[in-house]
Amino acid sequence: MKRSSRLGITYAGPMGLWLTIFFLTPLFIIILYSVLKKGLYGGVEGTFSLAAYRQLVNPAFARVLFRTLIVAVTATVITMTLALPCGYAMARSRHQSFFLGLVIVPFWTNSLIRIYAWIAILSSKGFANELLKQLHIIDQSLPLIYNQGAVITVLVYMYIPFAILPLFTTIDSFDFQLLEAARDLGASRFTSITRVLLPNIRSGIITSGVFTFIPIFGAYTVPLLVGGKDSYMIGNIIVDQVTKTRNWPLASAISLIITLISTVGVMWMLMAGAQEKRERSESLRKAGTR
Amino acid sequence: MNSASSHTRTRHRATFSNTVLILVILFLFLPLFVIITYSFSASKSMEFTTFSLKWYHQLFFDSDELWRAFLNSAVIALSSAAVATVIASGAAIGIMWYRFLGRQYIQILSFLPMVLPEVIIGISMLIFFSAVRLSLGLVTIFIAHTTFNLPFVYLLVTARLDEFDFSTVEAARDLGATEAQSLVKVVIPSILPGMLSGFLMAVTMSLEDFVITFFVSGPGSATLPLYVYSMIRYGVSPVINALSFVLILSIMLIAFTLRRFLKTIAASS
Repeated sequence: MKRSSRLGITYAGPMGLWLTIFFLTPLFIIILYSVLKKGLYGGVEGTFSLAAYRQLVNPAFARVLFRTLIVAVTATVITMTLALPCGYAMARSRHQSFFLGLVIVPFWTNSLIRIYAWIAILSSKGFANELLKQLHIIDQSLPLIYNQGAVITVLVYMYIPFAILPLFTTIDSFDFQLLEAARDLGASRFTSITRVLLPNIRSGIITSGVFTFIPIFGAYTVPLLVGGKDSYMIGNIIVDQVTKTRNWPLASAISLIITLISTVGVMWMLMAGAQEKRERSESLRKAGTR
Repeated sequence: MNSASSHTRTRHRATFSNTVLILVILFLFLPLFVIITYSFSASKSMEFTTFSLKWYHQLFFDSDELWRAFLNSAVIALSSAAVATVIASGAAIGIMWYRFLGRQYIQILSFLPMVLPEVIIGISMLIFFSAVRLSLGLVTIFIAHTTFNLPFVYLLVTARLDEFDFSTVEAARDLGATEAQSLVKVVIPSILPGMLSGFLMAVTMSLEDFVITFFVSGPGSATLPLYVYSMIRYGVSPVINALSFVLILSIMLIAFTLRRFLKTIAASS
């Protein structure tokens, strides 16, 4: 199967080179910049300084970091709770490609336009409030937008397909006869799902959760456009450091923190996948020796 | 086995999840429904008054800046997707079939850009471009888009190569084909569907990207998402509603045509 190494590097080298220059080098530059002195008009000066990290140790930043974590965890949990039954229903459906299409089509509309549509739905004279008034459920507009609830709703909206698609793929490759077997052996419908289906698709659930959590954790546009004064997330802080305060070392330091958190998530995902593979081959071996 | 009873059980069991699925799909389509409705409204604010096509008229005849942004987006999307498809398909072949120094390094590097938040990629590229004194504009946007497109094309082509039988290439070589000949006549035709879907995905992601582009764009290089952003922040015109509907329709048309095209290719091979 494997042949001369010269050909291999000819094929794969360009991508290796491209990503080294335009992806890896920028990340290393960020590490470097985070320990340099802030330049007067953006940029940095060539002297060593830990000022950026000192600025990170302050209650205001801790508050934003904490809020970002809460929002990201809440949105991810809601997304996953909705995405699991969706993935399951799609995997069991006879019209898989039809439902796949329905989940993907809304994403052909630009994300900013979709956020803008949510502004139109949630604003005080918007679609939702007008509808509720027409139905005489309320007579004064509800504050549906520019608060944490709006941020979480729109984040769930934005990332739910990213959760559904990997879940659908994993559940689709699950052997449903196992569920029938569990039922035949007397398990209730609920037990058969929690004890047979969920453990078998664990790594798929983790992958989908990580792929939902990471972009939500770094969200920038959603809190900016539908959030209120208290909805600032860590992504907004970084962007402000670049565009307004022009504090590149601080922006670099925060970016490094987010990168580290993402890396931990990805390691967890990879380890869960590897463990599942190991368990599977072990149970196969046991079955073989029996 | 009693297939009739197991079938009804399947149906019965799926009721709860089916309901969730239908509700989620309605949730996903709600904003589109609102956009399309308002695009046919005469009112400038977000409410439906009387039916009107004036936003469509304005879109096609009186929106120069918007179309310039659209042109920028199209140029960037097509060029970055094409470059990413060529580079990533090569990498997929190299990593799948050969052992060489640095193979694992490239393999790990190939999925990292996918798992970092966009803000981080945007900031690090902005800092990189300023460190190497490359002025921001279409070139930097092209570089950034190619970079974030590579992992996705690589993933899709690798999936296709997984199903490909390498002995076909060996057969071609045994029959006297050179490496280039077997690549062009054997490998590329059979991974073409993977390359095409990778290319399409790259085009879509490039057209869609706002966050990364926001950091690496310069004066005069606004793409469509950047233009939409400035509209949302500094005064909305329902023209973007009309534009969204036109975009949805054209993408559906393209996807439909390509599906038939791909089916024809699949049938012929």
